[in-house]
Amino acid sequence: MMTLTKRKTWFYFIPYGLWLGLFVIAPLALIFYQSFFNLDHHFTFSNYANYFQSLTYLKMTLNSVWYALLITVFTGLISYPTAYFLHGLKHRQFWLLLVILPTWINILLKAYAFIGIFSQAGIANQFLSFIGIGPQQILFTNASFVFVATYIQIPFMILPIYNALDDLSPAFINASQDLGASGWQTFQRVIFPLTLPGVKAGVQAVFIPSLSLFMLTRLIGGNKVITLGTAIEEHFLTTMNWGMGSTIGVVLIVAMVIVMLLTGDQKPKGGTPR
Amino acid sequence: MKRLMLLIIGLLAICGLLGYSSQQLERSSGSTGSRVLNLYNWGDYIDPKLLTKFQKETGYHVNVETFDSNEAMYTKINQGGTHYDLAIPSEYMVTKMKRAHLLKPLDKSRLTGLNNYDSRFMNESFDPNNRYSIPYFWGTLGIIYNDKTIKPGTVDHWNDLWSSKYRDQIMLIDSARDIMGMALITQHQSMNATNPTVLRNAENKLNALAPNVKAVVADEIKMYMSQDEAPLAVDWSGEAAEMLANNHHLHYVVPSEGSNLWIDNLVIPKTAQHENAIYAFLNFMSKPENTAQNAEYIGYATPNRKAKALLPKSVRADRQFYPDNTTLDHLQIYKDLSPAKVQLYNDRYLEFKMHH
Amino acid sequence: MSKRLSNAFLILVFIILYAPIVFLIVYSFSAGDTMTAFHGFTWQHYRDLFNDSRMLAIVANTLLVALLSALIATLVGTLGSLGINRTTSRVTKESLLALNNVLMVSPDVIIGASFLIFFTMLKIPLGFVSVLLSHIAFEIPIVVLMVLPRLREMSSSMLDAAQDLGATTRQLLSHVIIPFISPGIFAGFFMALTYSLDDFAVTFFVTGNGFSTMSVEIYSRARQGINLEINALSGVMFLFSLLLVAGYYWIEQASSRRKQRKRRMAS
Repeated sequence: MMTLTKRKTWFYFIPYGLWLGLFVIAPLALIFYQSFFNLDHHFTFSNYANYFQSLTYLKMTLNSVWYALLITVFTGLISYPTAYFLHGLKHRQFWLLLVILPTWINILLKAYAFIGIFSQAGIANQFLSFIGIGPQQILFTNASFVFVATYIQIPFMILPIYNALDDLSPAFINASQDLGASGWQTFQRVIFPLTLPGVKAGVQAVFIPSLSLFMLTRLIGGNKVITLGTAIEEHFLTTMNWGMGSTIGVVLIVAMVIVMLLTGDQKPKGGTPR
Repeated sequence: MKRLMLLIIGLLAICGLLGYSSQQLERSSGSTGSRVLNLYNWGDYIDPKLLTKFQKETGYHVNVETFDSNEAMYTKINQGGTHYDLAIPSEYMVTKMKRAHLLKPLDKSRLTGLNNYDSRFMNESFDPNNRYSIPYFWGTLGIIYNDKTIKPGTVDHWNDLWSSKYRDQIMLIDSARDIMGMALITQHQSMNATNPTVLRNAENKLNALAPNVKAVVADEIKMYMSQDEAPLAVDWSGEAAEMLANNHHLHYVVPSEGSNLWIDNLVIPKTAQHENAIYAFLNFMSKPENTAQNAEYIGYATPNRKAKALLPKSVRADRQFYPDNTTLDHLQIYKDLSPAKVQLYNDRYLEFKMHH
Repeated sequence: MSKRLSNAFLILVFIILYAPIVFLIVYSFSAGDTMTAFHGFTWQHYRDLFNDSRMLAIVANTLLVALLSALIATLVGTLGSLGINRTTSRVTKESLLALNNVLMVSPDVIIGASFLIFFTMLKIPLGFVSVLLSHIAFEIPIVVLMVLPRLREMSSSMLDAAQDLGATTRQLLSHVIIPFISPGIFAGFFMALTYSLDDFAVTFFVTGNGFSTMSVEIYSRARQGINLEINALSGVMFLFSLLLVAGYYWIEQASSRRKQRKRRMAS
């Protein structure tokens, strides 16, 4: 029966297969291929040798991972409670849409708004002066970079967590409460573990893009934080060293696979032998 | 399921409506049809009134598309699939495009305004005899300071920036050749130096500047400086002109010991399709009164001698943007270096940026 | 007490989420030219906007690309998730998922650059078609990620039951599967729309020949520092999307209430 439907329906998957081939595998192959060419279009391993031997790139990689980690952690710390509380509201679908809405305003515009807010004469500094701290340098600090990056990522983390909460059957919570668990215990033992897949999906959606942020590093961070994304952008757009840019791209893709393996859903319950 | 279908049909209807209205709007702004000229330009780098005037005089409608870096423009034209009639690359990019056979030579017999130009900006090494290019604007690299905190005359030379007084106060333009070039000049080297040791020394010199650097940014410098975000910046004269117009406390200095001279040029990419419109436009833009109008709008220095004479005296005699001959003689034009040499600059510069 | 605390937290989050947008909109009414000091109220920037037919055409283009690409991406993505869900081998499934996610996590610059090379190889002229294709391409994975979890939840016993009752594949799709996963499909469509409207880097690479979207236009105009006409535009866009969301929600509520009433009558 199953095989029969399978045979009948394979043509449903042609568009998706085409997309995979043309827009995923082909570009991926292209990037992989390019990473083996130097500026003179000769085949070489020197890009990889450069990457792994140069202190600059290693430092940059560590920097990127560190900031991406910070951004992911902060995003998670804000997004989980937000999704949780949101889910308890009456018109929760509506509020969820309101969370997504700010992402429809162009990121560049939001960055410019933050520049206005954080600048020497901006609202943030006026507020600081008002409460007696006095104006501070806010722009071009690592803190402001992390803040704005977190801001940008929050909706992308809230959504999967919210979905996980939505899928949670209230029966589990009721059962836990009937068994006399306190609210916190219920959360710790039942709700959180069951929504962990949502958190993982959120981490996937936030961590890797954070590794490769580029516009914000310049506009808000003043290029004091250089991420792998900044380097790629520079190699592709300014220095035109596409080989080196592709090499960093390959490194990022490998990083992505690692993160996916770490956060992917293993199914321990099934007891599949490894 | 039925509801889903209805939704899809509704969305498609909206799409159709959008497509139709976008076409109507584009027609009303006149960007379709055959009597057109496709100009590939930097953002806000031509007086829009001139485009209207050009259309009135010749009937050609100019579609302007913009790019944000020489390299982005090169990539687009090199990849094909576009139909630009004219582009405005900087001097080193002219050489590069020429070498990649991306340019059509100028038909001098169809040009009427060539002798309006100052010979100082013609026949340069990047394009001998101006076979492919006509200069559009020129400028320098220099220091912008805010007289609220910096006394005029205290920052006249590149080395003044290294003073410990200016901790965390300088903004730099994010450009490897320019910032490395600045360091090279302080060490009495050529801005086109390619010796690895010399470049290494320049990087070390820049690393010493790092504590003074507040940020390394691009076009945003204009906005930041206009808002008094920092008292000092290193940027190009064209950008400086706009900052000065927005904030009267700002001043621009070209260090007399040397700096970069850049020239942006009109060229015809090989993708060009509207020959007649191109030459009409080139001749139109060479007319002194039009060039002068454009120069007043953009605020950059014009290479057109006759147009310069038409500018108000306050502009013409402004040493900030038309430096005196001694300074002019010390200015250096960037040579188009081989990719490997450019990479040397980029590597050193990246290490400087990572030095923070 | 804890209810009040959680509400306070939510209010704070919403304030932060909307602060830059409110900031942008407030300055769209400022008589000045920059976003540094408010210079008194004016409608001038809105008047400029509605006289700027090029900008309006670009807005129409942007919305067209967003809606059309999201629609096609949702279709292809949903079919793709059905396919992924069907595969029984775990290795195949995992590798399909990994491939699916490549575009989600690749830096935009790489996606843009590789698409650009790709389009030139295929001799697809840069413009509306290339932008549309790219947007569809990078939206598909998010649709799959939104639809797939719903599919996984669907119990196989339900499918088996339907099949045992003699449902054809088409019936199975239209009467059982699609209705069940439709929340995922809607979420996918919305996220696809979001990605399209938010994208700058990919479009920047693959556009050409006069075709432009809002983010690219904003980028080239922002060289001057931001132009307040663009603030006015974001004000209009924001109001429009707010109305859209409210309208969508209202319709949804109304239809679910109707359904409930029907059900109550039937029982």
